[in-house]
Amino acid sequence: MNQQTLDNPTFLEKKNWTRFTPLERTSRFLFYVVTLAAIVVSMQTIEIIPEFLIDAPEQFADMFNRMWPPDVSYYPDSIHDAMLETIHIATLGTLIAIIMAIPVGVMVAENVTQNKLLNWIARFILVSSRSINSLVWALLFVAILGPGPLAGAFAIAFRSVGFIGKLFGEALEESHKGPIEALHTTGAPWFSIMTMGYWPQVLPTFWSIVLFRWDINLRESAVLGLVGAGGIGVALSTALELFFWDRVCMVLLSMLAVVAIVELLVTQIRKRIL
Amino acid sequence: MTQLATASEPHNQANTSGSLVLKNLVMEYVPGVPVLSGISLELEAKGITAIIGPSGTGKSTLIRCINRLVDPTSGDIFFKGQNLAKLKGRQLRYARRHIGMVFQEYNLLERLSVMENVLSGRLGYVSAFRAWLRKFSPEDIDKAFELLEQVGMADFANQRADALSGGQRQRVAIARALMQSPDILLADEPTSSLDPKTSVEILDLMTEQARLRHIPVVINIHDVSLAKRFADRIVGMSAGKVVFDGPPEDLQNDHLKTIYGGEDWLS
Repeated sequence: MNQQTLDNPTFLEKKNWTRFTPLERTSRFLFYVVTLAAIVVSMQTIEIIPEFLIDAPEQFADMFNRMWPPDVSYYPDSIHDAMLETIHIATLGTLIAIIMAIPVGVMVAENVTQNKLLNWIARFILVSSRSINSLVWALLFVAILGPGPLAGAFAIAFRSVGFIGKLFGEALEESHKGPIEALHTTGAPWFSIMTMGYWPQVLPTFWSIVLFRWDINLRESAVLGLVGAGGIGVALSTALELFFWDRVCMVLLSMLAVVAIVELLVTQIRKRIL
Repeated sequence: MTQLATASEPHNQANTSGSLVLKNLVMEYVPGVPVLSGISLELEAKGITAIIGPSGTGKSTLIRCINRLVDPTSGDIFFKGQNLAKLKGRQLRYARRHIGMVFQEYNLLERLSVMENVLSGRLGYVSAFRAWLRKFSPEDIDKAFELLEQVGMADFANQRADALSGGQRQRVAIARALMQSPDILLADEPTSSLDPKTSVEILDLMTEQARLRHIPVVINIHDVSLAKRFADRIVGMSAGKVVFDGPPEDLQNDHLKTIYGGEDWLS
């Protein structure tokens, strides 16, 4: 039977195959046109002044000259305490964020919370948390709590809720259904299914999200001082305002060192828990 | 040529015996496209019933309707004096405690230990807070050890479930189901992911444990020869209907043709 069809060439009816349908091709073309147009339009809006652009390398060299050598003595004087404060702000902020993000993450995950209204409320909370920049959160909390590290910690926490909550919610939604079904068949109540079914599954992802956010928060809390929310940003802004470029350089170097150390630390911790 | 499922007489709802009675069960995932088109079955409170049939014919859906992992569109499921099809919330949870289930993909809690997996069979009885702290009663822990012994996994109590082989996982899954002290055991393709030898061992274990406990077992199974070997009764399904119902001896090639269609595969 097969032989027959092989000998008979009509079975090889000519079929065309293309990667995209004509509609897809047109829309892809349009996409490129729109992107190009957007670049051209935005170049016009930002009004680049050619003189300044040409001047830039010279200015850069000049600033570097004023920065080098860094003022090492500034570290024990002012940077050290401020740096510790920054680390505290970032850590405390992350901890507060975790406490707030877990319930919101649970609420946003559609497989766990089967209530559209709650899903939307949670989504709204997450989006508003993320749509406001840490610096803006800091301005708000400085206004409410007065200047200082507490305002910084809250700013960090409120910005992080959106990040941790969203990723935690997504991890919950991606968890395997099978074990959850198995727990349902034992007649387990909702909270037991959360703690024994979902939590062990999302645990590595959860800690990885938290560590990543802590890492981001260390860098973000470094600039919060610019708006009076404590930390190393205060030292940075003082040095900037007084044009002590060698001190600015020292602050930047210290930040670089801390971020590098944290990076190493986080990688190590992540290896252990995964 | 086929023995049609005998429609059960109007059943007494207050029936508290362990028999399982399905009446005119219909399930449609998409309205108008029934996966189960009016299944009526009466399963005694003992013995092994194997459900056979081609893929996509609703075997899984049928078994999942019984413990309501899937909600039937209409029809009744009487078990232990309750209509399972009508239960909601807490009542459904309480009813599920008495129905053990074993899955094709084992569905263990991969990152937890074998012991925790077996103990999870008690979650319907233990408060959520105690479950969270893993504060299970000494009786539960003794029982879990006993069951692990019976399924031959006693040495693995502290191993993580994801370190086990397929057959070992299914043994743990059986222990978890038995941990519920179930009145019936459901098994959805319990051997489809296992090699032939392990499949027989798992079915041996399951049927033996069920007989010891005098509870009925309903197994979905692809393998007709395994079904004939282990079951006391075979239900053949095709296109959402029961087309054969009888003891394994009665299952002839004619029936298999009706169930699976075609005959080239029969030899």
